[in-house]
Amino acid sequence: MPIRVPITIDGNEAVAYVAYRVNEVAAIYPITPSSNMGEWADQWASEGKKNIWGVVPDVIEMQSEAGAAGAWHGSLQAGCLTTTFTASQGLLLKIPNMYKIAGELTATAFHVAARSVATHALSIFGDHSDVMAARASGFALIPSGSIQEAMDFALIASAATLKTRVPFLHFFDGFRTSHEVQKIELISDDQMREMIDDEMVLQHRMRALSPDRPFIRGTAQNPDVFFQAREAINPYYLACVDKTEEVMEQFARVTGRVYRVFDYVGDPKAERVLVIMGSGAEAAHEAVEHMNRNGEKVGLIKVRVYRPFDTKRFCEALPPTARSIAVLDRTKEPGSAGEPLYLDVVHAAYEGLRNGYGAIKSLPDIFGGRYGLSSKEFTPAMVKAVFDNLAAEKPRNHFTVGIHDDKTQMSLPYDPEYSTEGEKVVRAMFYGLGADGTVGANKNSIKIIGEGTNFYAQGYFVYDSKKAGAVTVSHLRFGPDPIRSTYLVSKASFIGCHQQVFIEKYDMLQYLTPGGVFLLNCQWGPDEVWDHLPRKVQQDLIDKKAKFYVINGYKVAEESGMGDRVNVVMQVCFFAISGVLPKDEAIEAIKDSIRKTYGRKGEDVVQMNFRAVDNTLANLFEVKIPSQATSKLAMRRPVPEEAPEFVQKVTAEIIAGRGDGIPVSLFPEDGTFPSDTARWERRNIALEIPVWDSEICIQCGKCAMICPHATIRPKVFEEKHLKNPPKTFKYADARDKEWAGMKYALQVAPEDCTGCAICIEVCPVKNKKETKLRAINMAPQPPLREQERENWEFFLALPEADRTKLKVSAIRHQQLQRPLFEFSGACGGCGETPYLKLLSQLFGDRAILGNATGCSSIYGGNLPTTPWAINEEGRGPAWSNSLFEDNGEFGLGIRIAIDKQKDLACHLIRKMAGTIGENLAKELVEAKQKDETDIFEQRKRVKALKEKLRGANSAEAKTLVAIADMLVKKSVWAVGGDGWAYDIGYGGLDHVFSMGRDVNILVLDTEVYSNTGGQMSKATPRGAVAKFAAGGKPVAKKDLGFMAISYGSVYVARVAMGAKDEHTLRAFLEAEAYEGTSIIIAYSHCIAHGIEMEKGLESQKAAVDSGQWFLYRYNPDLSREGKNPLLLDSRAPKIPVAQYMNMENRFRMLARSKPEDAKRFAHEAQEDVNARWALYHYLAERRFGDGNGGKGEA
Amino acid sequence: MDLTTHYLGMKLKSPIVPSASPLSEEIGNIRKMEDAGAGAVVLHSLFEEQIAQESLDLDHFTTKGTESFAESLTYFPEPGEYRLGPEEYLNHIRKAKEAVKIPIIASLNGTSAGGWTDYAARMEEAGADALELNIYYIPTDPSLSAEKVENTYVEIVKSVRSTIRIPVAVKISPFFSNLAYTAGRLDRAGANALVLFNRFYQPDIDLEDLEVRTHVLLSTPQAMRLPLRWIAILHGRVKADLAATGGIHTAEDCLKMLMAGAKTTMLCSVLLKKGIDQIREIEKGMRKWMEEHEYVSVEQMQGSMSQRSVADPAAFERAQYMRALAGYRT
Repeated sequence: MPIRVPITIDGNEAVAYVAYRVNEVAAIYPITPSSNMGEWADQWASEGKKNIWGVVPDVIEMQSEAGAAGAWHGSLQAGCLTTTFTASQGLLLKIPNMYKIAGELTATAFHVAARSVATHALSIFGDHSDVMAARASGFALIPSGSIQEAMDFALIASAATLKTRVPFLHFFDGFRTSHEVQKIELISDDQMREMIDDEMVLQHRMRALSPDRPFIRGTAQNPDVFFQAREAINPYYLACVDKTEEVMEQFARVTGRVYRVFDYVGDPKAERVLVIMGSGAEAAHEAVEHMNRNGEKVGLIKVRVYRPFDTKRFCEALPPTARSIAVLDRTKEPGSAGEPLYLDVVHAAYEGLRNGYGAIKSLPDIFGGRYGLSSKEFTPAMVKAVFDNLAAEKPRNHFTVGIHDDKTQMSLPYDPEYSTEGEKVVRAMFYGLGADGTVGANKNSIKIIGEGTNFYAQGYFVYDSKKAGAVTVSHLRFGPDPIRSTYLVSKASFIGCHQQVFIEKYDMLQYLTPGGVFLLNCQWGPDEVWDHLPRKVQQDLIDKKAKFYVINGYKVAEESGMGDRVNVVMQVCFFAISGVLPKDEAIEAIKDSIRKTYGRKGEDVVQMNFRAVDNTLANLFEVKIPSQATSKLAMRRPVPEEAPEFVQKVTAEIIAGRGDGIPVSLFPEDGTFPSDTARWERRNIALEIPVWDSEICIQCGKCAMICPHATIRPKVFEEKHLKNPPKTFKYADARDKEWAGMKYALQVAPEDCTGCAICIEVCPVKNKKETKLRAINMAPQPPLREQERENWEFFLALPEADRTKLKVSAIRHQQLQRPLFEFSGACGGCGETPYLKLLSQLFGDRAILGNATGCSSIYGGNLPTTPWAINEEGRGPAWSNSLFEDNGEFGLGIRIAIDKQKDLACHLIRKMAGTIGENLAKELVEAKQKDETDIFEQRKRVKALKEKLRGANSAEAKTLVAIADMLVKKSVWAVGGDGWAYDIGYGGLDHVFSMGRDVNILVLDTEVYSNTGGQMSKATPRGAVAKFAAGGKPVAKKDLGFMAISYGSVYVARVAMGAKDEHTLRAFLEAEAYEGTSIIIAYSHCIAHGIEMEKGLESQKAAVDSGQWFLYRYNPDLSREGKNPLLLDSRAPKIPVAQYMNMENRFRMLARSKPEDAKRFAHEAQEDVNARWALYHYLAERRFGDGNGGKGEA
Repeated sequence: MDLTTHYLGMKLKSPIVPSASPLSEEIGNIRKMEDAGAGAVVLHSLFEEQIAQESLDLDHFTTKGTESFAESLTYFPEPGEYRLGPEEYLNHIRKAKEAVKIPIIASLNGTSAGGWTDYAARMEEAGADALELNIYYIPTDPSLSAEKVENTYVEIVKSVRSTIRIPVAVKISPFFSNLAYTAGRLDRAGANALVLFNRFYQPDIDLEDLEVRTHVLLSTPQAMRLPLRWIAILHGRVKADLAATGGIHTAEDCLKMLMAGAKTTMLCSVLLKKGIDQIREIEKGMRKWMEEHEYVSVEQMQGSMSQRSVADPAAFERAQYMRALAGYRT
């Protein structure tokens, strides 16, 4: 009898657990949702954990998935057991190597957290479109549908590939399986040893490249032999499924868990059968058992081996009674005869009938449908709908389920109230903020219950698309039976609201079962809370006869030293109220868990958490619910009434958490969405906002410049515009001489501000009477909200500055340019967004941006809203995201297209000069457009041109009108992070450097893969701790700027707005003006640096002062004037690099884990700086033009 | 010529002892100190508060931003273990002990009662020859009486003294209503030596930035007058050894302190400014002076100019002020 060791774990860890132990090398590249597998492997390797052969595997992070695939292929060819982990676009980048690996019959198993491939939009969530794109590669494809299966199939795939020589792709659903936490049985190392045949491993090694038994592999072949040689592989594929089944049988003997190539569940005499694979099979399993109990003759085939597809075994798995089959695909293949699994089943039935496989006597009716794209919910109710469709008189084929398709009427209706969940399952939901630790606490609770009781436990966590003020919803289930509910909780007996502000935003009580518990963390006591609840909440509590508890969790957390983390407090409340465990036992378990989790971080951290546990219960109160709802408060509207129709119908619904209900017809067909929508969202996430002291403000504009969210803005205007200002609207006399007689206002958008306080940090003014006060100071938002909302509206209505009259090289002037990037979902205090906002102010009304995938594409383009805005003339940045790896090329393509259309326009103007007028034609074609005034003039000319051509009917005139706007200078920007510019996109970027076209490149350099959670990039500095550099990055940061400088024709600037804002502004102006390729490398402080975000500017200053990030510009135009093109813009290093490093946890934490290495790296980092400074200093000091390259003696 | 002195029950080859400073963070420097002739080395201080803060910071910054956004549920790898707490310091003691033969005096600044005794015991276990309690405490609560403050000092000394066997020195500031009384209480509480004085870093105001700055100012030779006075006064009145620290920059300074009654003369600023080799120079200067003035040993001069030994004991008291002023007037 196998020993059963329960463990509570998520899918990624479960898979990595096995893959790490049965491989020697893992070549990886981070991509959501698979990143964690590589991270686990890297962490274990850094801890010296060994595989089943007693060796620590090598985990290597590459520059892209294509690179990882190359290293994977190479390592396999040289004889190591090698794996990789990936998803989505990453898998697509691996496909060329997959064909090679399979064609060479190379034993390897790798693991895919299946995720949507970007089409009309990127999505990080789960479906099978990536795997399906790889299905022709020759890899065996095996899906798993639960956390247990994911662990099991990771091993089965690893054993089967050695046995069959066919490489295996094991996949499981991104997020639903990769991130779901479940209690499962662990596979022991001994069990793995039993499964992996050393003889097969030896054979794998003997097939490897070796100069001691040389051969060549990877030849080029001609038409005479390629075909035959390709067919020579057939026996391996013909034997593959048989051998895989043998592995499954062996696995059953070793672990007691039985799988077959096709597993059948349900009534043996089922007439209607569903075929499905992945996590959806679990929900279907639950539904089928429920339907069987209700007498419905239905069954389910779970596909365990999808490629090679064994038609015979499939037919044998079908019950002889099956009359109709529904096949569900979690992918979409537009234009196909049907989705892939459906076609396979149709084919299998046809062949089965011809060949007499199984019990098929006549061809069953087979219907295909799509479900669950991008982790769309797939519930038993939808399974029921699919079976009901089979029972219909005219079943729909090629249907969808789970959405409302009112456009092509393909969707099946379903009853959302249909539920198959057992009574014994405890279900709970928790609404929290990312910052408050709710998810962590819930993961911990699952562990406590899962590993401390006989209960099964499941947790799934829904995250926000925003980084600042991110909302999390945790869905937990506990029960005596295995949990197959691979869908969100929709009926909960316990709902915890961990943030008071949610009470008016989210309809949480709709999910509460009658008699259930509602726990609210709020500042109000049990006697006063009732009057603060919206009426709907009151009514729901009364109607549902709910039990209602309150706690002032923030007070308890604060008093316990926990700051704003209420995780432990709310966890104690849950256990105290829910009764899932006896209270004392639960508290003891929480404390044990705290010691396990935090023990290594020091006793003080443990004691702080203990205090929170001990202080909680005295502050937890039950609220007596009155018999009548009395509140006049209404739930908050997701967007204001004046928002445009699309925002009302679509955006607002997404904001309110009702996106699932939006019908197909309301969506654009091609992924095109309106700009300028973030302003409707008004998230109200700031606890405090800046308040202006107009008397001491010097009107420098620095606060507005640094504000990451464009929520503090200046305007200068004539007094006549101050008609009936709101009572509290503040303004002052404008100080600048050029604005003599005018008024100045600095206004905060109270509902959009994130409260990051970075504006306070940058303010150079101190109050002479009380120096802690600045010209802006933080004050609590709630009492200011209404008045400042009114002030903000008034402020917005004041006229914008005349751009042609601004001295854009002076910040105080420049900041009057309206930001066309506002209210993004970036982290509070983000170091990247001020640069984008600056770009939008300077060039936004004529800019086209290609945005590499990463943080900036997420806060720039993740629904529901976009921060890219439109000015009063209807112009604004046009933005698009192509891929992560190709953004340089994407930008170049945009440039070429613009130039080409401009060329065409010029050609047509010359041709039609007679009609247009010679003068206008000449001016249009020859306009220099060096500054705003020139551009303004050119716009006027274009307008005149269109006027002249109005009514002209020739094709050429129509073409000219259509493209005439291209005559106004366009500013093309390729924007992205260091992961793109230094790593995955570097090859393309380098090519763009070499082309000399007028593309502006902005690298938001956070020195780490920020968006995917802090993996090392080649921009990571020496000694910084990052994922895949747990022991500190051992080599120096790549000098991207220097590589660009080496062309001699690229404008290069290295900037740090927090250290020298005027320099940043100058660099942006010069880069854009330079008529060739420009690159700006911008220091962007980041949450992944381990800093307080409002202190990011201090880090930037220290980085510059230490020489770690000295500032420079390289302007090829200067060399044309005979001057040295390189200008060093910061002084020689004046503080040690170690002093800078000590300010950030990414460096400091190494001193806590490997102090000797930390010291060594600090020393080497200083040497790096010294050497780089010396080099740049030498280059900048050179007398230019003498050709000797040396320092001029003259 | 005999430069040996007895301090904390140990026989030191020289009274010149580098006091707690960043220099002793490097084992190489400790070796250099020994080579240059130091009688013992006081290690840099272990600050309990700093250890706690490091733990809390580590937790804060590795937790911050986690579990918020689906693509980045964490931002840092979490090593299996951290080398937090006093471990680094204790290792440093061990390494220092291996590296040199002269006594190693560990230095501790605690914040909690448990912290003082726990860390003291671990330092003893790590091999420290003696322990210097660096009581760096600035009471600012107007309702806290002087007596309570002093009681805290006494309690710390008592609890540490009863926990460990190695000698305990107490480094205090001069800011007591009656330093002689406090010194007596500490003496009775079991302090084996009193180190006079702890120099608090005093804040400064940056007029341009309107910020309070706390950058360190090194001591000036003038600073030695204060410990000189008090060593002279306390010599012979307390059992505890007296160590002089603050403003000792030259051989002459050392000689004066020894004559006032110091068992050791501790150097810091001068080494930071001029290098560790200055120990050798100072020793050389002392030898020269002693030779010229026919002193054969350090012990011979220790206390020879203490208040009890001088012809004009009042010179160390307030009267001196009157006289100094009078002298100024004339």
